[in-house]
Amino acid sequence: MKRTTTLVSVLALAAWTAGPTLAGPDDHQLVINDEIQIITEAAAPAHMDGIDTIYSGWRFRADETQALELDDFENPGMIGVENAMAIWETVDGSEGKSCASCHESAESSMKGVRAVYPKWNEAAGEVRTLEMQINDCRTTRMGAEKWKWSGGDMVDMTALISSVSRGMPVNVAIDGPAQSTWEKGKEIYYTRFGQLELSCANCHEDNYGNMIRADHLSQGQINGFPSYRLKTAKLGSVHNRFKGCVRDTRAETFADGSPEFVALELYVASRGNGLSVEGPSVRN
Amino acid sequence: MKRTLMTVATLVFGAGMAGADAVAPADVVFADGSVAMSLTGVAGDPENGRKVMTTRGLGNCIACHEVTALSDFPFHGEVGPSLDGVASRWEEAELRGIVANAKIMFDGTMMPAFYKTSGYIRPGKGFTGKAATEEELEPLLGAQDIEDVVAYLMTLKDE
Ligand code: HEC
Ligand code: HEC
Ligand code: HEC
Repeated sequence: MKRTTTLVSVLALAAWTAGPTLAGPDDHQLVINDEIQIITEAAAPAHMDGIDTIYSGWRFRADETQALELDDFENPGMIGVENAMAIWETVDGSEGKSCASCHESAESSMKGVRAVYPKWNEAAGEVRTLEMQINDCRTTRMGAEKWKWSGGDMVDMTALISSVSRGMPVNVAIDGPAQSTWEKGKEIYYTRFGQLELSCANCHEDNYGNMIRADHLSQGQINGFPSYRLKTAKLGSVHNRFKGCVRDTRAETFADGSPEFVALELYVASRGNGLSVEGPSVRN
Repeated sequence: MKRTLMTVATLVFGAGMAGADAVAPADVVFADGSVAMSLTGVAGDPENGRKVMTTRGLGNCIACHEVTALSDFPFHGEVGPSLDGVASRWEEAELRGIVANAKIMFDGTMMPAFYKTSGYIRPGKGFTGKAATEEELEPLLGAQDIEDVVAYLMTLKDE
């Protein structure tokens, strides 16, 4: 209750009185369930030159959308978390195991995991996203089928794994063996794709805070993923969002799980180092 | 069914016809970012220019620009400058050059090149996310649409 009142009163002062358009992020604070402090604003990591301060996409959303993230009972993305809790305990595949057989409670074993992914996996010699790691456990350890990258079970599982790290700072490593993948992701971020010749940076670095038609541009951060979109009434993966953004430049997009999107995910994640893990978030 | 086919045929054919007399995108002559000659020789229709500027599938200029005279269309963007009074700042030839290919006037600008057909990275088939199948894309706007937009912009003078 108190939560709601604070939000409303902050609102009354800000935004709408200023004029027809909002410039920049608002000054609201995100505390989930009155308990989990979410850092939605931080000093930009040293590797970024174009931006001084990084913000969660939550700070650019309308008040009604923001409000849905304040309480897990209001957050439609938490339904995915619940689904995944059931899957966590369910035996699947030829080895007769569930995730819980090896990892016990997700709450404790997965705490902190979301914050450091994508991450270099030494044995596999590759940078792995959460989806890749989960499918590796399913195929090599459980003898089960892979899940589809942006399919329901996978997205729900990433929501569960994110949810137990909420409030912890994103901290992906970009040096050492991950560096070449990171460089590749950076190059993609600044490439002007498609017939509209727009890069991620054109919209999310040069113009965050500005309106583009009816949309208030954020920095395109992924600390809030997976993200429940009101528009599609679904939880969506990071790559699903990347696809939409590339498609909107009238470009040929990359596939879910493609090496390009894995590299881009590492790079974009690193632009959020210092923000809190926030997924499953709610966006319009 | 038949009707739809006919409409499609008319559209395709119609666009092709307008293209026949028009200066092709690759042949447009820019001088310091300006284009002195009309692309079609047909006077621009500001009324259609207004439609092109506000329609998502066409110019969608208000996605990035505010225009007070177009305030009955909702949601104007803030990526580019307001176009109010733009005809008092620029000559017609400059405006034609900016609309046809703004990247010549403004190096590296975010404004798309509306009259250009090649030189893209991973061009798509419209907004489908799939690869474009042709070597040369249709330009974002036809030659007459550009003339119409320029005619509309010419009405935006400071009081
Ligand atoms: C047979 C045991 C086993 C099962 C069953 C299993 N895992 Fe794993 N999992 C492991 C091991 C061992 C590792 C560490 C692997 C490594 O570091 O390469 C791991 C690592 C992970 C990680 C990365 C943790 C980190 O700190 O980087 C995630 C996420 C994960 N598993 C999720 C799952 C999920 C979700 C399921 C069920 C769908 C599952 N695992 C089922 C054994 C298992
Ligand atoms: C034409 C402008 C444009 C371009 C180019 C663009 N995006 Fe976006 N993007 C948007 C809009 C509009 C939204 C929805 C509002 C927002 O959060 O900015 C969005 C949202 C996002 C989000 C969700 C943010 C959140 O908090 O949920 C991510 C992530 C994202 N974009 C990443 C990218 C990446 C990576 C690229 C380059 C491949 C890219 N975008 C290119 C316009 C763009
Ligand atoms: C993706 C965003 C975007 C779109 C769409 C766009 N523009 Fe622009 N436009 C810009 C930017 C940014 C500038 C500033 C030029 C620069 O980069 O220095 C600009 C500059 C201009 C100027 C010069 C304005 C001045 O006062 O200096 C005109 C005229 C113009 N645009 C017209 C149009 C028209 C007409 C359309 C639609 C056919 C259009 N623009 C679509 C982004 C856009």
